[in-house]
Amino acid sequence: MAIWDYANPTRFLRLVEIILPWLIAACAAAFAVGLYKSFFMAPEDYQQGDTVRIMFIHVPAAWLAMMCYSIMAISSLGTLVWKHPLADVSAKAAAPIGAALTFTCLVTGALWGKPMWGTYWVWDARLTSVLVLFIMYLGLMALWRTMEDPIKAGKAAAILTLVGALNLPIIKFSVDWWNTLHQPASVIRLDGPTIHPDMLVPLLVMALAFTLLFFVLHLMAMRNEVLRRRVRAMRMRAASVAAPATARATAQPAE
Amino acid sequence: MDPFDLGPHAGFIVASYIVTFGTMAALIVWVLVDRARQLAALKELEEQGIARASARRDKS
Repeated sequence: MAIWDYANPTRFLRLVEIILPWLIAACAAAFAVGLYKSFFMAPEDYQQGDTVRIMFIHVPAAWLAMMCYSIMAISSLGTLVWKHPLADVSAKAAAPIGAALTFTCLVTGALWGKPMWGTYWVWDARLTSVLVLFIMYLGLMALWRTMEDPIKAGKAAAILTLVGALNLPIIKFSVDWWNTLHQPASVIRLDGPTIHPDMLVPLLVMALAFTLLFFVLHLMAMRNEVLRRRVRAMRMRAASVAAPATARATAQPAE
Repeated sequence: MDPFDLGPHAGFIVASYIVTFGTMAALIVWVLVDRARQLAALKELEEQGIARASARRDKS
C-alpha cells in the first residue's frame, strides 16, 4: 500500500484508531523497563556519580528534538514537492512536540551542567545551536497561527522549516567543529559507542520509550489537526450557505 | 545500589525527571483537551445540520 493511499484523511484516521492502542502499550512498557534499568540496574559513573542518571532523559530528549525537526523537514518536502495532503498536517502537529522535547533537553542539560561544569549555561556552539532549534520551533508555531488559511500557512512554514534544517548538522557536529564544554558524541560514532553496556542498554531503552511517546503524541496531534480542518471546512460551508440568504434578504425593496 | 540515595546532587536529578515528565504530561493533556474541543465543535455543527462535502458524497 503506497503512502498516497493515506492521502485520504478518513482512511488515515481509521489507521490511527488501530495503531494507537498498540503504540501506547509499547510506550508504557518501554518506559517501565527503561526507568527500572536507569535507577536499579545502571551503576553510578566513576566521575559523575548519580548525576549520570540525568543522561537517560537528557540524551533521548536531544535525539528526539532533532528527529522531530527532521520529520518536519521531510514533511515540508512532501508539502512543497509532492503536495501530499497530510504532509503539512504532520509538520504542524510535530512542532509543539519538538518544542517541548527541545525545552526538556535544554533544562535537563542545564541541571546536569551545574553540578558537573559549575554552570547552568555557556554560550558554546552545542548549547547555542540547540537554543536556536528551540526558537525555530516557536517561530514555526507562531507562523502557523498568523495565517488563517492552513494551506498557505503550510507552504510558508515548509519553506522556513527547510531553511532551519541547516541547523541540524550544525547541532550534530558542533562538538567536533568547535571547542565546547559539551562532551563529543559517545553513542552514535563510526567506531562504535564508548559507553559501557551497563549504561548503554538503559539509555537505548529510554530512547525507544521516548521515540514511541513521540509517535503516540504525533499521531494524536495529527488526528486533532485533521478534525480541526474539518471543523473549519464545515464552518465555511455554513457561512457560505448563510451569506447568499442574508444578501437576498437585504436586497429586497422596503415596503 | 540504593536507588533512593542519589548522592549530593539528588536535587538536580529529581528536578530533571520532574521537568521531563511534567512537560510530557502537559503534552498529553494538551492533545487530549484539543481532541475533546474538536469533537465538541464537530458535534455542534452536525446538530445544526451542517455536513461535510465528503460525507454528503458518501450518502449519495
